[in-house]
Amino acid sequence: MASELANAAFRGYRRENGRVGVRNHVIVLPVDDLSNAACEAVANNITGAMAIPHPYGRLQFGADLDLHFRTLIGTGANPNVAAVVVIGIEEGWTGRVVEGIARTGKPVTGFGIELHGDHETIMKASKTAREYVQWASELTREEAPLEDLWVSTKCGESDTTSGCGANPTVGNAFDKLYRHGTTLLFGETSEITGGEHLVAERCRSPEVRERFMFMFNRYQQMIERHKTNDLSESQPTKGNIAGGLTTIEEKALGNIQKIGRDCVVDGVLDKAEAPTHSGLWFMDSSSAAAEMVTLCAAAGFAVHFFPTGQGNIIGNPILPNIKICANPRTVRTMAEHVDVDVSGLLRREMNLDEAGDALLDMMLRTANGRLTAAEALGHREFVLTRLYESA
Amino acid sequence: MIDFVVHDEQDSVGVVVVEGAKSGQTLTGWVMEQDSELEIRARQDIPIGHKVAIANLRKGDTVIKYGVDIGRVVADIEAGEHAHVHNIKTKRW
Repeated sequence: MASELANAAFRGYRRENGRVGVRNHVIVLPVDDLSNAACEAVANNITGAMAIPHPYGRLQFGADLDLHFRTLIGTGANPNVAAVVVIGIEEGWTGRVVEGIARTGKPVTGFGIELHGDHETIMKASKTAREYVQWASELTREEAPLEDLWVSTKCGESDTTSGCGANPTVGNAFDKLYRHGTTLLFGETSEITGGEHLVAERCRSPEVRERFMFMFNRYQQMIERHKTNDLSESQPTKGNIAGGLTTIEEKALGNIQKIGRDCVVDGVLDKAEAPTHSGLWFMDSSSAAAEMVTLCAAAGFAVHFFPTGQGNIIGNPILPNIKICANPRTVRTMAEHVDVDVSGLLRREMNLDEAGDALLDMMLRTANGRLTAAEALGHREFVLTRLYESA
Repeated sequence: MIDFVVHDEQDSVGVVVVEGAKSGQTLTGWVMEQDSELEIRARQDIPIGHKVAIANLRKGDTVIKYGVDIGRVVADIEAGEHAHVHNIKTKRW
């Protein structure tokens, strides 16, 4: 596989801005909590339109509001999305989200509910959604080189087998993809704790290292400010501890196996910020699964590697999550959630190179259209990161 | 047949990767980084995914895994015993 990767291609949807997606979603995106009902009604009316409800968008301000807009706009702009209907309670912020998504060149229309009510809004938005779905249904996949695929990673419900098996598998695949000019992302700022020196050593330049350490230290200070104990049961989680992980340092060292041995950290991103060139990027981000994966989708990533030990079942509405697991008990008891079984690594029945190739094979199949376990099971967790209280 | 894996030969703990490891059982370990093997006699039952000490550790010692510091020992641990939250704590937070 590694040698074949040089000529590897996938079949995706090339969007108006040149980015290539692996899904062809038409989404109905609420600006705020109040608009969820209208969005869900539109999705209910129109086959193939998907509502993405969430609980926020009112009275946010400053950096928290900026992140809200960046996440919604990034979600709509993601190349896995063909077209977007935006619904908000009023037209001002609705228009702001529409304008942001429209910069990609893809079809997007916004509707404000005030002065119209739910009924009229749902009727008009359903008409637009119907046009978008029919238009998108005629788009076809075309061949694209591997460097057009953006791949993110984040692990969840980790246990010690994550650090021995599933995460090094992602690392092996990342090392191979990095050599082929793919755009790659990792993050989980708090879950670097204890291994920050190892990530710092991997940074491309003193500037990148300085920015990484700034993000890392800022997150540590936030935890120190709010903590009431040593974070036991929060980080590591109860599930992590049940799986055998004891300390945050142990969890972090397992976590950073995902960036392999060779690839270099080329840049650092703020939450939901899109990379500006190929290479491996660190994104300052929550370690909570759905928050982090939502940020990856908003940053424009098209495929996600999600290693798990105890069996995190998360999915995302627009970003396919490929589940990799090395824990033989989880693979047996939760088989329907696992896309790539690498438990053979821990029996020495497969080596890391073979495991990495198995993941890359599943990545190409997923990019070409195979539904992941989480997609087939209907997992659409969309969770916005909040920075502080509303005004 | 591998019962536990060790990331690095400097490590003080290994990870049990089979279900039902029992006290008194001789466990075979694989050191991944150096691709070598070792054996240890389990002194306690150890669930899958949990750590077995492969060195005698004293209160205040640093626990090494991946060749790196993962925390401090808060109660003495004999080689072959279960190493987890009851005898290891983070040095952070």
